[in-house]
Amino acid sequence: MNLHEYQARALLRTAGIAMLDGDVASTPTEAESIARRLGGSVVIKAQVHAGGRGKAGGVKLARNPGEALDHAAEILGMTIKGLEVHKVLVVPAADIATESYLGLIMDRETQRPVFMVSSAGGIDIEEVAAKTPEKILRLPVDPTYGLLPHQALTLAFALYSDFTQVKAAARIIEQLYAVFTANGCSLAEINPLVTTPSGQVLALDAKIVIDDNELFWRPDLGLLRDDTAEEPSEAVARRANLSFIKLEGNVGCVVNGAGLAMATMDLVKYYGGEPANFLDIGGSSNPEKVISALKIITSDPNVKAILFNIFGGITRTDDVANGIVAATRQFKVKVPIVIRLTGTNEAEAIKILEAVGMRALSDMDQAVEQVVRLAREAA
Amino acid sequence: MSIFIDRSTRLVVQGITGREGAFHTRQMLEYGTTVAAGVTPGKGGQKFENRVPIFNTVAEAVRATKANCSVIYVPPMAAAGAIFEAVDAGIPLVVCITEGIPVMHMSRVMPFVRSRGARLIGPNCPGLITPGASKVGIIPGNICAPGRVGLVSRSGTLTYEVVNHLTRSGIGQSTCVGIGGDPIIGTDFIDCLRAFQDDPGTDAIVVIGEIGGTDEQNAAAFVKQKVTKPVIGFIAGQTAPKGRRMGHAGAIISGSSGTAEEKLAAFEAAGIGIMRRPVDVVALLKSKL
Repeated sequence: MNLHEYQARALLRTAGIAMLDGDVASTPTEAESIARRLGGSVVIKAQVHAGGRGKAGGVKLARNPGEALDHAAEILGMTIKGLEVHKVLVVPAADIATESYLGLIMDRETQRPVFMVSSAGGIDIEEVAAKTPEKILRLPVDPTYGLLPHQALTLAFALYSDFTQVKAAARIIEQLYAVFTANGCSLAEINPLVTTPSGQVLALDAKIVIDDNELFWRPDLGLLRDDTAEEPSEAVARRANLSFIKLEGNVGCVVNGAGLAMATMDLVKYYGGEPANFLDIGGSSNPEKVISALKIITSDPNVKAILFNIFGGITRTDDVANGIVAATRQFKVKVPIVIRLTGTNEAEAIKILEAVGMRALSDMDQAVEQVVRLAREAA
Repeated sequence: MSIFIDRSTRLVVQGITGREGAFHTRQMLEYGTTVAAGVTPGKGGQKFENRVPIFNTVAEAVRATKANCSVIYVPPMAAAGAIFEAVDAGIPLVVCITEGIPVMHMSRVMPFVRSRGARLIGPNCPGLITPGASKVGIIPGNICAPGRVGLVSRSGTLTYEVVNHLTRSGIGQSTCVGIGGDPIIGTDFIDCLRAFQDDPGTDAIVVIGEIGGTDEQNAAAFVKQKVTKPVIGFIAGQTAPKGRRMGHAGAIISGSSGTAEEKLAAFEAAGIGIMRRPVDVVALLKSKL
């Protein structure tokens, strides 16, 4: 789960990390009064989960509260990469002497949290990693012992030579590690970490991603989720405990298992179609999930045909068949449905479907070819 | 022959009285797995279905039954603790089926597992099966058949799809291993490739990967250097968008790394035969064997 910048800032500030004051606003008037309170020039920043906010016109400098009001009015309600801006962050415009990068990620390869620091800051760290990896210092932390003092110092010395700044940075690095572990982050990033002309070390912008698996037992973190920042159908799917991602094609896919769901989408493409979504109904067979899945997929007007691809292992194919029948009784599905199912209780499933005049195929390739053809004919 | 599990495998089921644990224990017993013990704290002294003794702790179960393998079906919040317990009790092979364990927990578990020289398979995996001998986990036994092809996969149902094609074409399997779809897992492709290469009962290897991370690329490099048996591979997620988690916590293209193209290119460079579709497994294997 991605946090907004203002939410990430709040977590860092609570941990005591040195940052500039600032606040979040939902209306231009709120932005104006925050600007008045802060005094001087401020930066108005769109709060959306999208990179390139600056280029899209979502970050603006305001020299006084009046300008803050005007810029906030422009930014609030604008759309950046398909996402509408509902909130802006108002922060003082900082005088910057140097910019660095400080990030902490849960690294798959070393299986540990890994710090990355670079004095080439304020930039796209991925680009630096790809082009000039020597400019990044990477340091894995053994979570058994936590971040050790000398490790924090080593990282800080890679950024600064002035010892006062080194000590300040080491402290921020330790605080960032504490935020990371306390909140179950998969990423915590300060970019840029700056020094001011007077020598102060400050975190200017923050990005935090929380491991979705933490949310189950961390309702406090779950409250930070912004439903309006998601594709609406994906929010509905999440509440129905379905793993769903909307795509641009016209073949709706309902599959059990993430790997098979991806392979099904790939096969749709292989046979000349375009998948409309990724959808995994999960391992346990629950007719309710099938009903929710069909509702979500049929609400997408692009969808011209729907494919069920169920390999019954733990999932009982007769449960899925019951779900399909129940769903089509609840609401009319206007596009053709192709059903492939095989495995556990296959014979019962076929009987259930045949009783209502539906057919089931047992071969995945055959089913995908058929659904792609039907979608093309309907398009 | 096989890798990791065989007829000598004596299993302890952690979470044997839970819904998932009970269901799959019955399936494993039916398949012929030696289920030596179960563990549910507070239910020590009882028996599962009048046949499997239940213990309060894994250590007791090991002392009483000489269990040498554990399978974990406990809920996500208790799963990391269950892995610690199994390894601490001296179990050399721990298979964790549980999905949804926080990655932070796994980063604490793994140094401990390694320090004790144990092997963890999973988490978030379907487990493994040596057809005709032993099944540990949730892979449906009826779609498998004994034979000489080794299979390793990050997925569950996609594995079943591929195994089903094999079995229906008369190609049996030495062992099928699901290593799991999480970002941090105990056993990776290379561990399985090495074991299959060393297993005299395996003639060819099928690798089923997906987007996210670099495990497949590392596996390809290993195949090039160390594997003399024929290897064929599949990568799921060619149509997956960037930056989105495709069901599995580990199936995500971060920035521009972890794409299907990059993995397929690595496979190709290593001489791994590429399956464009799951069904291609049969023709490709026949051409290599």
